[in-house]
Amino acid sequence: MGVEGIGASVKRKEDRRFITGKGRYVDDIKLVGLTHAHFIRSPHAHARVKGIDSSEAMKMPGVVAVLTGQQIVDDKVGNLICGWAITSKDGSPMKMGAWPAMAPETVRFVGQAVAVVIAETKNQAKDAAEAVVVDYEELEAVPDIRAAIKQGAPQLHPEAPGNVVYDWHIGDEAAVKGAFAKAANVVEMDLTNNRLAPNPMEPRSAIADYDTAEEHYTLYTTSQNPHVARLVLSAFYNIAPEHKLRVIAPDVGGGFGSKIYIYPEEMVALWASRKTGRPVKWTSDRTEAFLTDHHGRDHISKAEMAFDKDNMILGLRVKTHANFGAYMSLFSSAVPTYLYATLLSGQYMIPAIYAEVMGVYTNTTPVDAYRGAGRPEASYLLERMMETAARQLKVDPTELRRKNFITTFPYQTPVIMAYDIGDFGASLDAAMKAIDYAGFAGRKAKAKSEGKLLGIGVSCYIEACGIAPSKAVGSLGAGVGLWESAEVRVNPVGTIEILTGSHSHGQGHETTFAQLISERLGVPISQVQIIHGDTDKVQFGMGTYGSRSLAVGGAAIIKAMEKVEAKAKKIAAHALEASEGDIVIENGEFKVAGTDKSIALPMVALAAYTAHNLPDGMEPGLKETAFYDPTNFTFPAGTYICELEVDAGTGKTSFVNFVAADDFGRLINPMIVEGQVHGGLAQGIGQALLEHAVYDTNGQPVTASFMDYAMPRADDLPSFQLSHTTTLCPGNPLGVKGCGEAGAIGASAAVINAITDAIDNNKLEMPATPNRVWHAIHGKAQ
Amino acid sequence: MSTVDLTINGKAVSVDVEDRTLLVHVLRENFNLTGTHVGCDTSQCGACVVHVDGRAVKSCTMLAGQAAGCDVITIEGIANGDELHPMQAAFRDNHGLQCGYCTPGMIMSSIDIVNRYSGKLDEATVRHELEGNICRCTGYHNIVKSVLDAAGRMKVSQAAE
Ligand code: FES
Ligand code: FES
Repeated sequence: MGVEGIGASVKRKEDRRFITGKGRYVDDIKLVGLTHAHFIRSPHAHARVKGIDSSEAMKMPGVVAVLTGQQIVDDKVGNLICGWAITSKDGSPMKMGAWPAMAPETVRFVGQAVAVVIAETKNQAKDAAEAVVVDYEELEAVPDIRAAIKQGAPQLHPEAPGNVVYDWHIGDEAAVKGAFAKAANVVEMDLTNNRLAPNPMEPRSAIADYDTAEEHYTLYTTSQNPHVARLVLSAFYNIAPEHKLRVIAPDVGGGFGSKIYIYPEEMVALWASRKTGRPVKWTSDRTEAFLTDHHGRDHISKAEMAFDKDNMILGLRVKTHANFGAYMSLFSSAVPTYLYATLLSGQYMIPAIYAEVMGVYTNTTPVDAYRGAGRPEASYLLERMMETAARQLKVDPTELRRKNFITTFPYQTPVIMAYDIGDFGASLDAAMKAIDYAGFAGRKAKAKSEGKLLGIGVSCYIEACGIAPSKAVGSLGAGVGLWESAEVRVNPVGTIEILTGSHSHGQGHETTFAQLISERLGVPISQVQIIHGDTDKVQFGMGTYGSRSLAVGGAAIIKAMEKVEAKAKKIAAHALEASEGDIVIENGEFKVAGTDKSIALPMVALAAYTAHNLPDGMEPGLKETAFYDPTNFTFPAGTYICELEVDAGTGKTSFVNFVAADDFGRLINPMIVEGQVHGGLAQGIGQALLEHAVYDTNGQPVTASFMDYAMPRADDLPSFQLSHTTTLCPGNPLGVKGCGEAGAIGASAAVINAITDAIDNNKLEMPATPNRVWHAIHGKAQ
Repeated sequence: MSTVDLTINGKAVSVDVEDRTLLVHVLRENFNLTGTHVGCDTSQCGACVVHVDGRAVKSCTMLAGQAAGCDVITIEGIANGDELHPMQAAFRDNHGLQCGYCTPGMIMSSIDIVNRYSGKLDEATVRHELEGNICRCTGYHNIVKSVLDAAGRMKVSQAAE
């Protein structure tokens, strides 16, 4: 490894601009003639729009236009789509309710836009919005799953009778029935996975700029995948032809999934820019973010697990209801199906699994992927089951898990996934050692003697990352292939530019990707520039989510670099009058093996561009492109254990220790990997203890600001103790697996298992607020 | 409209603003100091923290008019030319940032914390004092490390002065 190569915790190249206030986020951008958009949003969860009167608003200072939902429909801008088709048990396709960018007729969640004011300043737009009169006829709303599927419940979409999006299943129902018939013990649980607001700190923002002369659109947007945005905006929403639309996602202040999708505001900004002939900017405030950024999770499940007399798992049966909110968002349909139920085998040999998932429309903000997307829900369910089972079977929870671990690979689960490699025992051992699991009984007894409630909770997660093999996802209904592209350009002076289709919004790609080049070509990372997030610069890409950047995007870079190296070796061999097979690359030099003859990379690059002396027939230039399509997902896995104390008087929990032992395959930059884990753990712990997006019975959001929605703060969290065990992923040239979501996937169950251990009560739902915990201790249902 | 005279990053400036204008908007819109961010509408997140007369202030909570006659320092004004402020350097060295959005506010708050606790900071205090700043990316682990590291560096640089 070079000092800046693979495995080195190199400090990040991108940091300087962030710590000096020179980041380039969308809202920082100003264009000449810029106007500002302010949306008029429904205060009702379900209502008919009977009329919109904007005559007074139009007379207000600075107002350029007031545009309505009916106008956007009249202009034939397409409805929003969901990109993954799911088929119900009975063979029928999922039921899609129409979702126009602004509602012309019916609003189905609080915050849905019905009109937009465009004005010279943001304040003028806001002032004028006050003067727009919208006549609503309120309808009865159903904000939660149970209410939505009741007989006679108000119907959201004529296309979806009973508010059911789909009723899907996976696995072998008969085999599971058989397993339960011969079970010695059965463990049953009802579990809720609470609804979360992703809350990246940078609110969403979009600037659309229509160039009337060129009939060309530029969209600056806070997106995790600008190319997919362009594809969808042009192919499905009829906004602009693809070659007339440039999408730029500059510095993006966190996404966590919520910036994957295409949102109505981006569509409206583009459309409004053409209509007004002016650039249009919209930036969300935090309350708008709570109302309109798509939420995460929101499942209710019933789970049963069958064990034989030796405590080996025989089968698992799960019935889940997933809340999709009012409309189907871009990736939403896949989240509780192919991203959730396919991970229900966890780290365990479970001979038979059967899962049913009913997707439900409710009068709430749409729900889509949020950090981990489906896998946290699967892991939480399974790891709470395992803990509860251990208590019911009166065995140590780590022993029950270990006994049932998958130990031979590859391993085909009954729910599609084929795990390529892993060593689950190694992570469990590492975590147990780090937290001194063996000494816990003593610590607990001592705490008890002092009147304190100490608990320990284990969670062994697995996830499927590196999304995703195009053929596999295509066969499961995805509307896209999920490969990645890269271009490696060696400039005539030997500096290098990498163009990647993945997108960095905090993950440190500018550093990690440069390290890949540094490792192979021996150049310092300062000479490598990573270019991403602009559809005019990078030909195509699928963006960043599902921990795919390195496993898929990095692999594409390696493939392109291999082509560059092959050509460079030919040039070097020609220059050194050696045979191509004898050329080796060491520290940026092309050497003839076994001799002292060498030529430095910049000279090879210069030769490629001067082209005075190239091998006969060789094209000048030194740049190559590769598209990489993985053959399988990657499977990061690990064990999280947390020890905490519960105050019986107040129900408040405080951490004693939190250890994480992860297997992410090869680590390119351990410092960045650990940072990613810390962030994920915070979000997982946030879900377990604090976070919950709440609606009242009329569908009014109760948690629409940081005053009401409890975000984890520094004082709520412990410092984490991390360690890594390694099995190299055989599926990609780097051996990497992905680390961005692990913390959020594994942490929640560890925390809740620890609390339920401390209070000796298996029944507890997230978030485990002091109030809920207090009631669980003192025996009153909450 | 009123005219407000103040000093921003050492430079005396004068600006005409509507009375309802917040300091954060003057910094971002009138002076292009976009390092000061807006992350919420309720003064909860701390992305907008700047120093006003030497103390950390949420610039989304202060009217521009209230800053009349004040000395305002933003994230753009704390480095000494090319030489980073010790807090900036510590954030970089300890990987105390990811997306960088909360970072300017975190750094400005953290400098104030170190100034107020000169020499007596520990992890629990830092965690408690950071209650006004939210970071969604880092889990705070490395931010806390950064602040403790910078506390040492700032002590050294103050001693040297
Ligand atoms: S923007 Fe000032 S505290 Fe959030
Ligand atoms: S680094 Fe992204 S919010 Fe703190």
